[in-house]
Amino acid sequence: MSNEATLHSQQEVMHGAHDHHDHEHHHEDSFISKYVFSMDHKMIAKQFLITGIVWAIIGAFFSVLFRLQLGFPDATFPWLESILGHWAKGGRITPEAYYALVTMHGTILVFFVLTAGLSGTFSNLLIPLQVGARDMASPFMNCLSYWFFFLASLVMMASLFVQTGPASGGWTMYPPLSALGDASIGSKIGVDLWLTSMALFVVSQLLGGLNYISTLLNMRTKGMSMTKMPLTIWSFFFTAVLGVLSFPVLLSGFILLLMDRHAGTSFYLSDIFIAGKALANEGGSAILYQHLFWFLGHPEVYIIILPAMGMVSEVLAVSSRKPIFGYLAMIGSLFAICILAFLVWAHHMFVTGLNPFLGAFFVLLTLLIAVPSAIKVFNWLTTIWKGNIRFTPAALFSIGFVSTFISGGLTGIWLGNSSIDIHLHDTYFVIAHFHIVMGVSAFFGMFAGIYHWFPKMYGRFMNNTIGYIHFWVTLIGAYLIFWPMHYEGMAGMPRRYFDYSSWTSFNQFGGLNAFISIVVILVFATQLLFVFNFFYSIFKGRKLTEQNPWNATTLEWTTPIHAGHGNWPGEIPEVHRWAYDYSKDGRDFIPQTEPIGPNESAH
Amino acid sequence: MHTMSIQRKKIHPHKYSLWIAMGSITMMFIGFTSAYVVKRSQANWLAFELPHIFWLSTAVILLSSVTIHLALKNFKERNMQRYKQLITITAVLGVVFAACQWIGFSQLKSSGLPLNGPVSASFIYVIVGVHMLHVLGGVVALLVMFGRAYRTRVRTYSAVPIEVAATYWHFVDVLWIYLLIFLSIAR
Repeated sequence: MSNEATLHSQQEVMHGAHDHHDHEHHHEDSFISKYVFSMDHKMIAKQFLITGIVWAIIGAFFSVLFRLQLGFPDATFPWLESILGHWAKGGRITPEAYYALVTMHGTILVFFVLTAGLSGTFSNLLIPLQVGARDMASPFMNCLSYWFFFLASLVMMASLFVQTGPASGGWTMYPPLSALGDASIGSKIGVDLWLTSMALFVVSQLLGGLNYISTLLNMRTKGMSMTKMPLTIWSFFFTAVLGVLSFPVLLSGFILLLMDRHAGTSFYLSDIFIAGKALANEGGSAILYQHLFWFLGHPEVYIIILPAMGMVSEVLAVSSRKPIFGYLAMIGSLFAICILAFLVWAHHMFVTGLNPFLGAFFVLLTLLIAVPSAIKVFNWLTTIWKGNIRFTPAALFSIGFVSTFISGGLTGIWLGNSSIDIHLHDTYFVIAHFHIVMGVSAFFGMFAGIYHWFPKMYGRFMNNTIGYIHFWVTLIGAYLIFWPMHYEGMAGMPRRYFDYSSWTSFNQFGGLNAFISIVVILVFATQLLFVFNFFYSIFKGRKLTEQNPWNATTLEWTTPIHAGHGNWPGEIPEVHRWAYDYSKDGRDFIPQTEPIGPNESAH
Repeated sequence: MHTMSIQRKKIHPHKYSLWIAMGSITMMFIGFTSAYVVKRSQANWLAFELPHIFWLSTAVILLSSVTIHLALKNFKERNMQRYKQLITITAVLGVVFAACQWIGFSQLKSSGLPLNGPVSASFIYVIVGVHMLHVLGGVVALLVMFGRAYRTRVRTYSAVPIEVAATYWHFVDVLWIYLLIFLSIAR
C-alpha cells in the first residue's frame, strides 16, 4: 500500500521516542499500489495464495493427464492432441510429454504451491497479525519476495511453451541427464529455464524467510513472549529457519549445474558417452549433486509440512474449544524436527552406493524423526479428545490432516530402513508414502488454513456445504488413489515409467491403475469446486458481521473486519496470556489481550 | 490513515535481517566448500598453488574493512566530508579487489588451468567468482550510500544504513579470509 505509511512506521522504528500521534493522511491508494505492488502483508499473502491456486490447478491437471496414460495405456483421447499438439499425436501422450508432465507436476506442487503458496500465504498473513505487528520488518523486501516469485512463475510458465518442451528429467533434476543438452529433448532450453526460475524462486524464499524471522523475533507486541505465541507462529519460524539455511545450498548446487551445462566444467560429469561418442568431461561426480540437492530437498519436505502442522494445531484447539495439549512439547518437537531435518538427507541416497556404515547413521537419525512426529500426533489427538468439537470444514480438514499424517508417516518408517529401501526404492510405495504424508497432508493443512482464515482475508465466509463435499471427496479420494499404490510398490512396480505393458508381472495392476486414474479425475473435479467456492465467496460469500467469528483467542481477531495497512486502528493490543485459554474457569475462551484476573493463575 | 503507534523492537529490523542474510550466504558457501571436500576425497583430484595475487587482494579487502570502519566513525561524528571520502575509497578498494581476483583467474588460465579444466580449478573459479559477486553487491550498496551523502535536499542522520553496509562489508571480508584459508589448506 502506501509508501508513506511504511516510511512512517520505519521512522518510528528508528526513533521510537515520541508517543503515538495521529498521522493525518488523506491520500487515495492507486490500484497499482493497493493491489499490484502492495506492501501490505495481508495483500501480499493473498497474492501468494491466488498465484499458488493457479499453479495448483495447472500442476494437478498435469497429474490428470499422465494418469490418463498410466490408467489407460492403450486408449486414445483425440482431445489431448488439440491441447497438447504434437506432444500427444493421435491422442496418445508421447513419452517425452509424459516425462515433462511428471517433472513439472513435481516442481510445481513442491515448490510453487506447497512452499510459496502455503508458507508464503500464511506466514505473510499471520505473522504480523498474530504477534501484534503493523507489518513485516521490511515491507519492501516482502513485496520484492512476491515479485521474485512471480518472475520465477513467469519463467517456469514460459518453459512449458518452448519448442523442446520444459525440463523433463524428474523434479530433482539429477545430472547427467539435466547437465547435458544432448542427453534428451527435455534437457535442452527447458532445463535452463527451470534453473533460472528456481534461482529466482530461491531469492524469493530467502527474502521472505529473512522477513518472517526478523519480524517474529523482533517486532512482537508488548507482553507477547516467545512462549505466548500461537503454535502457527512457532511453525512458521522453524519453516523460515529451514528455508534460510537450506535454500542457499540448493542454489550452490544449481550454480555448479549451470556451469556444467554452459561453461564446460565437470563438477557432476565423468566418463560419459552420448550416442557412442565419449565426452571430454572427466573427474566429476553425479552423486555430489544429490548430496547438495537433498541437503535442501529433505528440509524442503519439512518446509512444506511444518506450516500445515502449525495451522492444524491452532484450528484443532479453536474448533474443539480446548487448550492445545502439550504446548511446550509441540514446540520441542518442532525444534527436534527442524534439527533432524538437516541430518537425514542421505536417506534419499541409500541405493547410490553410499557407504553402508554411513547409511546406518542416517537410518538411525531418520527413524528418530518418528519420535517428535508421534509426540505431535499424540498431542493433536489428546487436544480433540473429549473436546466440544465444532465440525467446521477447517476442523474436518485438520482431523483429515492428522489421519493422513499418521498413515503416510508410518510408511516412512519402512522407507527409512536402508535394507528395506533397497526393495522399495523408486517404486510406487515411495510415491504413495510421500504423496500421503507430504502432499495430501500439506494440502489438508492448507485447506484448513484457508477455510479458517478466509473471513480474516476477505471479510466473508466460504460456503460450508461445498466445503463438506470438498472434504469428504478429497479425503476418501486421496486414500483410494494412494492406498493401492502401496501394493503396487511392494510388488516392485517402479515409478516414472511411461508404459508397463512389457512387464507381464505388472499386468495384474491394469484394472487398479484404471481405477486410480478415474478417482484422480473425480478428486480433481472436486478441487475445481473448491476453487469456485473460493472465488465465488470472495465476492458473494456470507458477510462477516463480528470481529471474532470462531471465538478464538489470538490477536488477528482483534483487528477490524476489514483491517487497513497497519492492522490495528489504534494502539497495538498488549498480550497478557498464552493463546490457548479455551474452556477455562467456566468461560468458553479468554482472548490473549485480557489481563490475568486476581483469582486466576496464568497458564 | 489511522494512528500508528510505536512498534516495539529490540534491535533494528534491518540489522536483524542482515544477520540472518549473512547466515544464509554462509550456508551457500558451506554448500560450495563441502562439495569441494567431497570431491577432493575422490579420485583424480589435481592439487595446485593458488595465484599469488590472491594475497594482494586479501590485503586490499582488509584495508577496505579499515576504511569502512573509519567511515562509520566519521559519519557518527558528522564529519561528512571525511565520510564521503572514506566510502569512496572503500568502494574503489572493493573494485580493486574484484580486479585482483579477475587477474587471478587469468593467471590460473595461463598456467593451464582453465574453467573447463580439472574440477579442482573449476571450483576455484566458481567459489571465488561467487564471492566476488557478493563484494560487488557491497560496492553497489556503497554507491547508493554515496548518492545519499551528496543529496542536498534531504539530510540523513540515521546511522543504520551505513552500519548495515559496514557489517556486510566486514562479513564478505571475513568470508574471503575463510575461503582463502580453506582453499590454501584443502588443496
